[in-house]
Amino acid sequence: MDQTGNAGTTARAFPLPSEITDVPGAEGWRSMYPYFTRFQPEDDQRFWFYNAMHFPEPMPAFDVITAEVPYTAIGANTARVFSFPTTLGIEHRIVNGRVYITAIPVLDPAEVERRAADFARRAGIYYENWDRLYEGWKTRMRALIDEIESIEIPALPDLEDIAVVENSTGVAQNHYVRENYHRCLDLYSKMWHHHTEFLMLGYGAYVVFFEFCKKAFPEIPDQTVARMVAGIDVIMYRPDEELKRLARLAVDAGVDDLFTEGTDPASILEALRSRGAAGARWLAGLDEARDPWFHVSTGDGFYHHHRSWNEDLTVPFAALPRYIALVRAGESLERPTDELKRERDRIVAEYRELLTSDDERAAFDQMLGLCRVVFPYVEDHKFYCEHWFTTRFFQKIRRFGELLHRFGVLADADDVFHLHHTEVDQALTDVMLAWAAGGAVLGGAHFQPIIAERRSMLDKLRDWSPPPALGPVPEALNDPAVKMLWGVTAQTLEAWSSEIVDELEIHGYAASPGVVEGTARVLRDVNQIGELRDGEILVCPVTAPSWGPVFGKIKAAVSDIGGTMSHAAIVAREYGMPAVVGTGHATKRIKTGQRLRVDGDRGIVRILG
Amino acid sequence: MGGHLIRDFAAIGRADRPMAGGKGASLGELTRAGIRVPPGFVVTTAAYERTLASIDPEAAARARIAALPPGDHAAVARVTAGVRARIASADPPAHVRAAIIDAYRALGAGALVAVRSSATGEDSEDASYAGLQDTYLCVRGADEVVDRVRACWASLYNDHSVIYRLRRGHGEDGLAMAVVVQRMVDPRCAGVMFTRSPTTGDRSVVAVEACWGLGSALVSGDVTPDSYVVSKVTGEIIKRTISAKLRAHRRDPAGAGVVTTDVPEDLRTRPCLDADELRALVRLARRVEDHYGAPQDIEWAIAGDLPAGANIVVLQSRPETVWSGRAGAAPAAAPKARAFDHVLDALSNRGAAD
Repeated sequence: MDQTGNAGTTARAFPLPSEITDVPGAEGWRSMYPYFTRFQPEDDQRFWFYNAMHFPEPMPAFDVITAEVPYTAIGANTARVFSFPTTLGIEHRIVNGRVYITAIPVLDPAEVERRAADFARRAGIYYENWDRLYEGWKTRMRALIDEIESIEIPALPDLEDIAVVENSTGVAQNHYVRENYHRCLDLYSKMWHHHTEFLMLGYGAYVVFFEFCKKAFPEIPDQTVARMVAGIDVIMYRPDEELKRLARLAVDAGVDDLFTEGTDPASILEALRSRGAAGARWLAGLDEARDPWFHVSTGDGFYHHHRSWNEDLTVPFAALPRYIALVRAGESLERPTDELKRERDRIVAEYRELLTSDDERAAFDQMLGLCRVVFPYVEDHKFYCEHWFTTRFFQKIRRFGELLHRFGVLADADDVFHLHHTEVDQALTDVMLAWAAGGAVLGGAHFQPIIAERRSMLDKLRDWSPPPALGPVPEALNDPAVKMLWGVTAQTLEAWSSEIVDELEIHGYAASPGVVEGTARVLRDVNQIGELRDGEILVCPVTAPSWGPVFGKIKAAVSDIGGTMSHAAIVAREYGMPAVVGTGHATKRIKTGQRLRVDGDRGIVRILG
Repeated sequence: MGGHLIRDFAAIGRADRPMAGGKGASLGELTRAGIRVPPGFVVTTAAYERTLASIDPEAAARARIAALPPGDHAAVARVTAGVRARIASADPPAHVRAAIIDAYRALGAGALVAVRSSATGEDSEDASYAGLQDTYLCVRGADEVVDRVRACWASLYNDHSVIYRLRRGHGEDGLAMAVVVQRMVDPRCAGVMFTRSPTTGDRSVVAVEACWGLGSALVSGDVTPDSYVVSKVTGEIIKRTISAKLRAHRRDPAGAGVVTTDVPEDLRTRPCLDADELRALVRLARRVEDHYGAPQDIEWAIAGDLPAGANIVVLQSRPETVWSGRAGAAPAAAPKARAFDHVLDALSNRGAAD
């Protein structure tokens, strides 16, 4: 890569933000998003990359809250709370429905020095008390989950309940429409503050251990370092474990014949209910698993349509036929945790032994030890935050959508997600006023045409291929977190910006070793997961943790975005299947039905025809 | 066996370098360690010394060489050519000759063997002069073997070796050469492997290069080999490059000697190792390295006529010299007062090495 990095020279490989033109038919996309998400003329001077890892699809108007709120929280923690020395927070912009981000660096060495002093003191308090603070974190997170669960959506009956008078509460139901809606937003915001409270400190521990291993063992694959830090008993495996338990239960109770591939969950549940005691036994087992383990999102929790397993049983039920077949074949579905642990410890011990001095070994022990301290948070926080809490949050918003639908503002409850959260605020106010006055709700006439247009725009925006990055390439891309989380390094930028030399070859990160050939199934969206068939190769924008169970069905995984520490990479390694992540364009270049060779050793996907 | 003139591999250990040379001592050591090495013997330095004593009883030729001005290449070339010709053509003493022939016959009637010089000098010197001119592959017949042994002896007086000694002031006294005679395998493929990365020095990997037929095609640069980097710890293949292997060295079907052949089209881009073989090679590399306690540079072959599991042989192992010879690199990191200081320093742009 040319190191001059000047915009306007031959070094510039990516378009400038100002050069992006509107997608035909979706020229009105700006109306969906707040003014502060628009690219400004001076943004042409800065480097932005498309956050396809979290936002692989165009953003519905409400869903931009999943960018707005996390970035208020992460920046607050890095810039203002912990005083990270070299970076403030992350800015985001939206163009054609896609979220681009950039981190604001601290460049003045004196300022870095000043911030470092505060950082040492503040981060030190967290590192030194990590276990205790993390216990407190879990308690607070459970309280947030309980609280959002308890939020009620006022029914707005024609006449208030007599209790309002008897208890002289003095506040009518319509007040709680807004208060409770705001509480949902406020709790969501608090959740993200807690989410990012530990996040960067946790990743910091990983980053230094990674860098150390790369220096001591220049040839070590990222995935091997990841294996050394990986925990064995982590929450994110639990939902999958529950499915295996249910598979065993189905065979045990003799209802396993009902689980056939392609049958929809409702029909299966129906059939179970007519199976008497055996069916009831399995259904009781299902109920046991559902809370909390089915509060897992079918996506990464950044879109309203990432429903939980509880809301949509398609994903968990899609995994059951295969697990049942394995149980019937007498295979143990137990994760060999002792064996995994032994193997991990052996790998650690052997690398440690290969180090050249006791000093290096002591440093290795310190860094790995710190990773082990932060690991429970790093691995488990997603279940609490993106899954358990966030699926609850979207459910509550959907309930407000039902209210708006009941009062004629929305044609469909789910249309609430085509309104920005401030527009939802307005619509609810409209309902509150109309209910109070006994007048007409005006929102239907106002919002329904807007929603129809937005729906059509999103369809058009979906087909737009966002450039992986915008603006001049920086001289050095050294933010370790960007590298770890997004898999964006100087090398990736080079790959993104270079012309496609071999049309049939796609390069990414070697996330999990092995080479296989098979048929591609391109899933642009997690809701298509039911289309996946046994033995196919999954090609998707981003692999999410809850896709774990279907990893049992597939031969290999390929994603547009993600690094070697992404959860999908970890799951693929555990399933022993090849995975290539962070390819940039795989979903654009591969078509369902094509034959692929996935080389997880080298990070190459080849289209065979 | 021929007593002190000849030593079977099994009767040699690494301490026997002065009489068996580096290669011979190493092959003996590996044989004793139970590593599969094609059988063979060493014509010891004593055999060389007896022979030289009979050719140059007063050591006059050696004195003439020792007196040469190191800068006078023409004089060196003239004098050494005479010495080499005498060593290569003069009959060794009868008992030396008989001992070599007896040992050769013990390898089997009409055995095909490799005859290789085995210098007694230092490793680095060894490495500098390890060359194809001192190795004769696919030699058959007692007279042929004796001829090749004499050629190896004569190689001690190669111009560049002599100039090197003159420059260093090493002198010609006590100089000796052992010769290894080893039964050939008929390799389906062969190659070299290093128990650390030759490019980065990483000790956690084994780097393997492989070509069809004899490994000499690879060593001589006649073919671009397949190459692999495999983790010693996890066994994962970290890098894998399958090259178009256009040529192969094979034993001359006419009987003896080596021919260079074109590799059939369908084999060129086919990997010459399968996953099991690669795994077995890496295991073997680790075993050899563990035995020596230091990184090794190993020549290996997979015999085409032996069953899987018993078909991989080691032809040579020597200490890896490139990285091992370097001054110790800076440590990757040193411990800090508190574990999290590593993070504080890294995120504050303070080098991890302080």
